[in-house]
Amino acid sequence: MDIDLLSNILYAMVRTGTPLLLVALGELVCEKSGVLNLGQEGMLLMGAVVGFVAALLSGSLIIGFLLAILAGVSMSLLFGLIALGFSANQVATGLALTIFGTGLSAFIGSEFVGKPIDGLDPFALPLLSEIPLIGKMLFAQDLVVYLSFALFFAVYWFFRSSRAGLVVKAVGENPHAANAIGLPVMRTRYFAVMFGGAMAGLAGGYLSIAYTPLWAENMSAGRGWIALALVVFASWKVERVLLGAWLFGLASILHLVFQGLGFSISSNLLATLPYAATILVLVLLSRNQVRARLLAPISLGKPFHANS
Amino acid sequence: MAEPHITPPRLTLRGITKIYPGCVANDAIDLNIEAAEIHALLGENGAGKSTLMKVIYGLVKPDHGELLWDGLPIDVRDPAHARKLGIGMVFQHFSLFETLTVTENIALALGEDAGDLPALAERIREVSEKYGMALNPDREVHSLSVGERQRVEIVRCLVQPIKLLILDEPTSVLTPQEVGTLFVTLRQLAEEGCSILFISHKLNEVRALCHRATILRSGRVSGECIPTEESSESLARMMVGDDTPISTDYPKVQGREPFLQVRGLTRLSEDPFGVDLQSISFDVQAGEILGIAGVAGNGQEELLGALSGEDEIENHDAIHFPHGAVGQLSPRQRRAAGMAFVPEERLGRGAVPDMSLKDNALLTGFLTGLVKRGLIAHGKTRDFAEQIIERYRVKTPGTETHAASLSGGNLQKFIIGREIMQQPKLLIAAHPTWGVDIGAATAIHKALIELRDQGAAILVVSEDIDELFQISDRIGALCHGRLSPIKATPQTSITEVGRWMAGDFGESMTPAETASA
Repeated sequence: MDIDLLSNILYAMVRTGTPLLLVALGELVCEKSGVLNLGQEGMLLMGAVVGFVAALLSGSLIIGFLLAILAGVSMSLLFGLIALGFSANQVATGLALTIFGTGLSAFIGSEFVGKPIDGLDPFALPLLSEIPLIGKMLFAQDLVVYLSFALFFAVYWFFRSSRAGLVVKAVGENPHAANAIGLPVMRTRYFAVMFGGAMAGLAGGYLSIAYTPLWAENMSAGRGWIALALVVFASWKVERVLLGAWLFGLASILHLVFQGLGFSISSNLLATLPYAATILVLVLLSRNQVRARLLAPISLGKPFHANS
Repeated sequence: MAEPHITPPRLTLRGITKIYPGCVANDAIDLNIEAAEIHALLGENGAGKSTLMKVIYGLVKPDHGELLWDGLPIDVRDPAHARKLGIGMVFQHFSLFETLTVTENIALALGEDAGDLPALAERIREVSEKYGMALNPDREVHSLSVGERQRVEIVRCLVQPIKLLILDEPTSVLTPQEVGTLFVTLRQLAEEGCSILFISHKLNEVRALCHRATILRSGRVSGECIPTEESSESLARMMVGDDTPISTDYPKVQGREPFLQVRGLTRLSEDPFGVDLQSISFDVQAGEILGIAGVAGNGQEELLGALSGEDEIENHDAIHFPHGAVGQLSPRQRRAAGMAFVPEERLGRGAVPDMSLKDNALLTGFLTGLVKRGLIAHGKTRDFAEQIIERYRVKTPGTETHAASLSGGNLQKFIIGREIMQQPKLLIAAHPTWGVDIGAATAIHKALIELRDQGAAILVVSEDIDELFQISDRIGALCHGRLSPIKATPQTSITEVGRWMAGDFGESMTPAETASA
């Protein structure tokens, strides 16, 4: 395998992994606060359609991205209102959000299927992108990919060194204790959910404005679900989310790679790899109960009532 | 209006009233806490202690009444505000985060004042040394013992300037020795001018520690006194009123032949935070009560699970009834062989919350002829439930009442009554009076003694060491899944059992004990 091919595979891996990384980072923060939002796929699609339509009509990619983020946040607020405000079952609410988002995005986008826009172009950093092998992967990407690197470091720092990160972890582990010592449980959870929405919206915009600049119904193709699996795969550790996102990205372009190398393996079979990997990780995780209990946010998915 | 006070009390409550649907938790409560005073708030479960301290700490808004802080009216908005005023609180159920370190836990509670973590860790070390509470700031909380966790809660209050420290039943999770250490710390704090509100239902501790006491009964102040000038009996009277019997001393007896024999019971726990049982051996004799003491989480649950048959054990010979090994038998088979079991959790294990008392009576009573050819004999079952209610004075509208609607004490009387009415040869009771008022506790103790005198073997596992000394004929303690030596109750002391609870099983006896041994 020559170095150019390898360099291109790595480049495509990061590009494909970027929406996964964004959604998974958002969901990670959300789950750390104890909220399980299964509506990622719906928020992702809403971000994609709103971002695309806004970019198309305004002619500005920035407006497209901003409105994509806004769409994700609005969807997440809807989730927050039902699951946090009314303490509804988080799993059911999240599933409903996905179904709702899938339908609504198809409705909004029906007029715009197949229309082209000028997507976001890669922006190669001089010199750095010339580094052999990893230069193209890390420094010849578009701005959203660079932003995803920055967001990764921000979330990593947030949980490692910031007080707010500590509060999020505490709220996710024991909301009653958090309330007793005066931490704002509900507000923290709302913010975490909204961050998740913003990230999913941004990822949606990335799909329809940069990754493949067009709108097609259900274009996220299950990436929201993969990102959810990814958080478990990463056992709620930020650095593993990055690794996992790129790994999952690689798995979903593997069929192209194999084609290039002259092997013929069913692309459908290869596409199951991320899920198989997640199941494997789940099994490995639950073998060691101490680790499993310490890693997952303890109150994940449990509604919180201040006076119980 | 010239009050004789030169300095006003640190905290004054005037006419605090809090009404919940169906119950008046606090009814016009007045309370004064002076600076540097250790003030006891004494009362039974449900007397309104918890509500009152939540009012002080800003977790509950009172419906009427006012708070004066250093003589000035104040409205405590929330716990953060309370902390800003200098009010600290140690909860009975710790508000700690297991996956975070000691320093992180404390930083969370301090809010923005926490500063950077290394400096805070240094401060935690200083404070814990000053008050004799050894604590490593870098440990994660899940690796700490219960006593150490309480230290985290206390140190959390002390790293900030503090004027009033509220402790809710702080000794219920401690060994007697740890209680002693805690009292030294609290006295030191009071000498430095900090007021302490000590919430408890343990009379001895209140008499040993507190300068003044306010007693609550059914949401009202039923008395104020200086505890050292009162006897435990007179304090108890103020707590329970005149018409409730207060427990007495029971004669100690010698058992006869062993009924339950446990030999080398070893079991690895499946729960990551559980305790492994290590080669436990003991007998429970017919006609005696064996008490097993220990701080929660030292293998009690695991031992009870193995004895009741809920958890499987590998070595079937480890548990013997007179007719042979029962280690392989299911709970039902063990019941058929004469065992009865009262688990720790009343709702969910001892009784099904949403089922009527009648149906709950059937749940373990079905072996006594309440089920014929697979069909429930409803009439008999109702009679059985009615007998339990009458004989053990369970306060309830009738047999169709849901178990969940009974108070803890009444439900416990019902559960224990249900087991005793089946005339077991062996009764295993876990924490039989936990969270139960004095009246019900006395009734339960009397029922156990009566059963003992009828010749049953009884095993009581409890965290309440006073209770065990009161009713047990022999006593031992669990620590880290190991069982201490077992001694006849009159031949041991609270100090010795306390050492056992802390894991010191050594034969390092005091001269007096050596002489009597």
